[in-house]
Amino acid sequence: MTAASPTTVEEPDAEPAPGPARTPPARDRGAARRVRRHRWDVRWSPYAFVAPFFLFFSAFGLFPLLWTGWASLHRLELTDMNRPEWAGARNYLRLLHDEFFWNALGNTFTIGVLSTVPQLLMALALAHLLHQRLRAATFWRVALLTPYATSVAAATLVFVLLYGRDYGLVNWVLGLAGVDPVDWQNGTWSSRLAVSSIVVWRWTGYNALIYLAAMQAIPDELYESAALDGASRVRQFAHVTVPSLRPTILFTVVVSTIGATQLFGEPLLFGGAAGQKGGASHQFQTLGLYLYEQGWFGFHLGRASAVAWAMFLILLLVAAVGGLLARLLRTDH
Amino acid sequence: MPAPVTPTPAGGRPRTGPFGYTALGLFTALSVLPLVWTAVAASHDNTRLAHTPPPLRFGGNLAHNLGIAWSDANLGLALLNTTLVAGSVALGTVLFCTLAGFAFAKLRFRGRNALLAVVIGTMMVPPQLSVVPLFMVVAELGWTDRLPTVVLPTLVSAFGVFFMRQYLVEALPTELIEAARIDGANSLRVVRHVVLPVARPAMAVLGMLSFVQSWNDFFWPVIALTQDNPTVQVALTGLGRGYVPDQAVVMAGALLGTLPLLLVLALFGRHIVGGIMRGAVKG
Repeated sequence: MTAASPTTVEEPDAEPAPGPARTPPARDRGAARRVRRHRWDVRWSPYAFVAPFFLFFSAFGLFPLLWTGWASLHRLELTDMNRPEWAGARNYLRLLHDEFFWNALGNTFTIGVLSTVPQLLMALALAHLLHQRLRAATFWRVALLTPYATSVAAATLVFVLLYGRDYGLVNWVLGLAGVDPVDWQNGTWSSRLAVSSIVVWRWTGYNALIYLAAMQAIPDELYESAALDGASRVRQFAHVTVPSLRPTILFTVVVSTIGATQLFGEPLLFGGAAGQKGGASHQFQTLGLYLYEQGWFGFHLGRASAVAWAMFLILLLVAAVGGLLARLLRTDH
Repeated sequence: MPAPVTPTPAGGRPRTGPFGYTALGLFTALSVLPLVWTAVAASHDNTRLAHTPPPLRFGGNLAHNLGIAWSDANLGLALLNTTLVAGSVALGTVLFCTLAGFAFAKLRFRGRNALLAVVIGTMMVPPQLSVVPLFMVVAELGWTDRLPTVVLPTLVSAFGVFFMRQYLVEALPTELIEAARIDGANSLRVVRHVVLPVARPAMAVLGMLSFVQSWNDFFWPVIALTQDNPTVQVALTGLGRGYVPDQAVVMAGALLGTLPLLLVLALFGRHIVGGIMRGAVKG
């Protein structure tokens, strides 16, 4: 890519950026050409630098997004992809009348709450611990990041074994405490809890680091003056730390919610051979799995596209609510 | 959950007490032990894993099971493929995001703020919205099982652009660019001789984060690739769906598929921690 390749962005005559372009016109032609080339370079190279991002996004983000929207309005079967038939809103209406769609929506929400809330609360506690003066600070931080480096697939395969009904480590430990074996695969709530725990395991340390970064940005004086006012450690945490962290907490809530809406790998692999169903009675089938089942097991790409757009609309809603909350928080201060 | 701590007369942050270390130790154990147990389970055989109590000590089958996972579950090929894919994605992401991040941080151009808002807005688009069209294109072109199909869609990242911009806004003095321009450097030379040297630490961190993320990329690869030419995640999905019935081999596969990333974490953990924390502050 050359620095000054023209982009498609139209730009009317703009003031050239301040700098050497304003040097007095040179007498000889060579200098004039250099100045012209320089102006051209300064004006257009920014577009060239940002162009790759937008090219790739257009090709692999925007264009597919629109295509998916088009496909969602057609009857489009995986077995016969060259003959889409106009279907209007039928795919969407079918979704509304499909109990498995509502089931998947409910599961996505339930598992989302079960994974996001404990994850962020524990991350907050962990960040608080990490923020104190600590021996081997780097060691703890890196160690807490090992689950983040473990892939969805590897982590889930291990947890499937740990959660085994008959021979799993979890039930064995529970048995030592006198608890009857739990059927983590087939139980309705136990399986949702198990799937959520994988998400919690993978992301708690990561979020703790994000909170830690925000805590380090809180000026020490705030704590000192709170301590002078006689505030206990608990009160300091509640009245200094948490309020200062509010924007960051909102940020992590939004990011975790986005992740939860797209949850796919954990329930897929937790379900074993028929994982796309999300359990024998679809008890942990998420929207992502429902989309996959519709498209690649039922061969209904049109319907899968409608599910994808439904997910997108939900995410936009989440973002809108997050943005609104952020604005409210800002006017609060 | 505030921990009881020893007071510090000098002010500033409290020192961690025994309770704090115990809590941290517990969290760390919960984070690390499942992986240790993966290795334990991978060192036994299927019969042993179907017995209570579960094995808590290493058995003698580790090398054997790793060997089977390597060849039968195709993890050897998968590791090679994933290294290629994640390496290309990391390189592409670092290159494109550094250029864009630099432009957004230090160059003036019309529509800059609007374009930056678009970049951030693209983070809202989930991968689910592109799988149907991408799958149709791949099927039409007969490109199933080709690695570029999983590299190209993830070659740029909005997070990366934002990350590099935040870094360069503070780390790169504008005077340095102006000085280079006065010396007659064009934009490409400015990038090569001024921006890249300053951006290098952030580029390294972004490269590692992208590598980890690409290594663990799941949704699209599972749809685009088959067991004939898998990435690690696709091969492990095959294991999870029962292509190999031996649970000890499954655990050996999970271990093999994670070890390279654990190695990255062990070597560069400090920088990855720093990168996550730096990316967070302005998030």
